[in-house]
Amino acid sequence: MELFEQQAGGKSMTEPHWEHFPHQADVGVRGRGPTRDAAFEQVALALTGAVCDPHIVRSIDRIEIDCAAEDEEMLLVAWLNALIYEMATRRMLFGRYQVHVADGRHLRAEAWGEPVDVPRHQPAVEPKGATVTELRVAEASAGHWLAQCVVDV
Amino acid sequence: MDTTGWINVSETEWRYPPRGDMRVPALLYATADLIADMDDKVQAQMINVATLPGIVAGSYAMPDAHWGYGFPIGGVAAFAPEEGGVISAGGVGFDISCGVRTLLSGLTRSDVEPVKEKLADALAARIPAGVGSIGALHLDDGEMENMLLGGAGWAVKRGYGTEADLERTEELGIMAGAMPENVSARARRRQQDEMGTLGSGNHYLELQRVAAIYDASAADAFGLGLDDIAVSIHCGSRGLGHQIGTEFLAKMAVTAGQHGIVLPDRELACAPLNSDIGQQYLGAMRAAVNCALANRQIITHLVRSVFADVLPKAQLKLLYDVSHNTCKEERHLVDGVERRLFVHRKGATRAFGPGHPDLPAELRDVGQPVLIGGSMGTQSYILAGVGNAESERAFSSACHGAGRRMSRHQALKQWRGQAVVEELAARGILIRSPSWRGVAEEAPGAYKDVGAVVDAADHAGLARKVARLEPLVCVKG
Repeated sequence: MELFEQQAGGKSMTEPHWEHFPHQADVGVRGRGPTRDAAFEQVALALTGAVCDPHIVRSIDRIEIDCAAEDEEMLLVAWLNALIYEMATRRMLFGRYQVHVADGRHLRAEAWGEPVDVPRHQPAVEPKGATVTELRVAEASAGHWLAQCVVDV
Repeated sequence: MDTTGWINVSETEWRYPPRGDMRVPALLYATADLIADMDDKVQAQMINVATLPGIVAGSYAMPDAHWGYGFPIGGVAAFAPEEGGVISAGGVGFDISCGVRTLLSGLTRSDVEPVKEKLADALAARIPAGVGSIGALHLDDGEMENMLLGGAGWAVKRGYGTEADLERTEELGIMAGAMPENVSARARRRQQDEMGTLGSGNHYLELQRVAAIYDASAADAFGLGLDDIAVSIHCGSRGLGHQIGTEFLAKMAVTAGQHGIVLPDRELACAPLNSDIGQQYLGAMRAAVNCALANRQIITHLVRSVFADVLPKAQLKLLYDVSHNTCKEERHLVDGVERRLFVHRKGATRAFGPGHPDLPAELRDVGQPVLIGGSMGTQSYILAGVGNAESERAFSSACHGAGRRMSRHQALKQWRGQAVVEELAARGILIRSPSWRGVAEEAPGAYKDVGAVVDAADHAGLARKVARLEPLVCVKG
């Protein structure tokens, strides 16, 4: 498994996983999964993955996030921006998520993580905000959801 | 980028005539080689910007143009409010008033080399940088309000610098028209502990030496001599600016339709200047400009404190402070008539020419210093604004840097941070960063050649080369 991408590795493509896609100046984050909720969880891991390897983030503290938007794509932007806000103000990194999207416009989530430990996490960048560039939330095929956008870092 | 449809006006100027919904032409200042290296989205985004209501004269792009959010990075566009002109949160960006300031030290390389390691370590220790860093100041509600209104002026009153610093800052260090009431609680919360922090990614603090002089008379006026030591600081409005950008991009995307604006790209979210939301964003953006100016002023004070400890004979004076993600109200001549315009510079630097009344007296005959940062381990440049009201180009704007050659992910595949640090150290450049991965992503080879960009800016008559600086120490977050 490459350090900063989780590969499906011979399993079904709907196995939840995250990846980064190319963007010249910033970072494209993408989550895939069998459900929209899973895709939203994975894209959040991709956000963490822009900063450090999510596997090294311990699940010590838990927070809750609620957000809403006019459609599911803007909900993705709202979700990632809510996480970026929490990361910045709590000075935390998150390595595990549980997301529930209701009616495509409301989201409730739990995120587990720990305070930033610079020597151990060695954070590479600081996310500034999620953008609508390459923004997409879609069921690409039956049981295969993807959620993606570019994050300004 | 494919140049089909573009008219090659000169070696460094290209024009794409209006067609379809474009209200003005697209005007690109770059050589054929630089254009060949640009992504096609630059053209698409320049064309999209050209369709916005109230745009005046042209949709411009600088020699370092590349794919941005709605506007290309390196994009310049001005709007007239009386013609339904808009203000665009995407046209300013998330890092509102990100910019560069350069301090001249009065030292030369021989003064610094014996204590370079000590300086590098002290700068890295004293200037908070990177994810999770905390500034020296925690702002309560009252001080937050004062900072958002007072900018670098507020910082100077708090003891971080002198009045002389303000004279060498755009807007004399205080952006007028800031409306803190339009800055949300979340934006303030995000900034509360971030005053005087450097940030991360492509932000940096560099110790540099003047390696070449191209315009002796301008260099003299700026106080630059060969082998002089300078310190440059590149950062912006931190969490507050990012949060304002985030919030208003979302609001403007929703309200654009209500104002009859058809957005060719959702990322071009904008609002009429003469609308409630347009004015709210303008006021919040101006507050964020003040935040960026205050931030760089505080870091300046911290740098001075380091030199006071390590090299007390240093006298760090501010050459100039430029911003490159802004929308500024300015007066420009268009077809011989003076117009009041709102000029967006997204990854572009203001470059007022000689004689401009907004420049400090000592620099007015020369033109505004234009500070162009290179990437880590590569050269930076100081230029000077050119032209006057009649002859200015792109509303007196110039480039801001080189732009990336490859994505962060690709850079990680090519370089290891520790190897980059060792290779640069062998060349006499000390890097201080908390993250090997961050260093790899910012490897010099990941960026385009800033020299080619600066040469093109000079040939295009956007700004003229004055000096080249090379790094000795680079502190990154």
